Amino acid sequence: MLKKFIIVIEDTGEEFTCTPERNVLKAMEQLGRKGIPVGCRGGGCGVCRVQVVGNGLYRTGKMSREQVPAEDEEKGICLACKLFPEGDLNLKVLGKWQNIFLNGTQLQK
Amino acid sequence: MSFTGVMRPGHAAIRVMDMDESVTYYTERLGLIKTDEDDQGRVYLKAWDELDCFSIVLREADAPGIDYTGYKTYSRADMDDLVKKLEDYGIDIEWIADGELNNCGERARFQTPSGHSFELYADKKQIGDGLGRVNPNPWPEGLKGMQVYRFDHVLLYGPKIIETTKIFTDVLGFDLTERVLSPEGEMNVSFVSCSNKAHDLAFVEYPEPNKLHHVSFMLMTWEEVLRAADLMSMHDISIDIGPTRHGITRGRTIYFFDPSGNRNEVFCGDYTWYPDREPITWTAEELGRAIFYHDRRLNENFLTVVT
Repeated sequence: MLKKFIIVIEDTGEEFTCTPERNVLKAMEQLGRKGIPVGCRGGGCGVCRVQVVGNGLYRTGKMSREQVPAEDEEKGICLACKLFPEGDLNLKVLGKWQNIFLNGTQLQK
Repeated sequence: MSFTGVMRPGHAAIRVMDMDESVTYYTERLGLIKTDEDDQGRVYLKAWDELDCFSIVLREADAPGIDYTGYKTYSRADMDDLVKKLEDYGIDIEWIADGELNNCGERARFQTPSGHSFELYADKKQIGDGLGRVNPNPWPEGLKGMQVYRFDHVLLYGPKIIETTKIFTDVLGFDLTERVLSPEGEMNVSFVSCSNKAHDLAFVEYPEPNKLHHVSFMLMTWEEVLRAADLMSMHDISIDIGPTRHGITRGRTIYFFDPSGNRNEVFCGDYTWYPDREPITWTAEELGRAIFYHDRRLNENFLTVVT
């Protein structure tokens, strides 16, 4: 039986499952879920920045240091497209489009 | 011979986060050909229809983006003349020694107010397309992936694009081919050409300096753009938008991302530019159609995702 973990986006209450081999952003997209803004999907642009809240277990792939400096990484900040769960995770969305998703506002200039 | 001065975008130096994965992507998927590698670990690539020995240089770094874009001049005399014009305009030149990039002559580097680095150079070793210059076949066998024909242009994001664009049009002899005006009537997107392509370079006004929006590669037909899109799904390459049509430049296009999140484009079918044309203007209320002609609305991802 394939291991599956529960991912909760605290900002919106959105919940979906993700296997350890799949990044959280892809799991969200493939299930047609929303909540984390989707950018390049390659760890480069920083649009899908999230923070793992609490003591969730995870590993990460290569991420742009411009978007996730080492001190942020220590606080559980990472890019959802490079975030692989090894346990259930609670996430806070930090990405650039937070306002668009939470308040439905227009693109900010 | 009426085509002198700056001839074309000759190289883009791109930062990637994993060299092996990136070389596989740029060769097997885009279809560039690896021609060299240097002692700093930089990898040199060319498209099949280019004669010069490289047009893309990859450098491994901890953040993606673009280091610089190089434009090739017709001759060394043209280059020296343009460098003098830049200096007279008040722009500092940094000379990069012959051979700093393998098989490339001396380069004159300068910064734009948008925060980007550009270079002019006149000499780069030609290794040809494998077809020769006497009775050639139309294309070589054994090409891979999307089989892009050439590195075509870059679109860059940064501040002060009016000043930046003026360096290209007033000093380096580019033509403004298209522009977008903000609701206040200020140019906030510019497309410029040093040839008779619809664009050889483009800028979008953006608060953060020195950002890369995309590096573009040319295809010849809409069918090839569709085939490129098929390859993206076959290999799970991150697609941004397309295949679709731009209002600006009329290009038929698809946008996608390299493994480090740098946006790439393959496109075909823009128009032929001539210097006796008026630039095309797009107004703020029609910006959706200007960018994606079918969607006709602004796309947050396309407008805000940069490296």
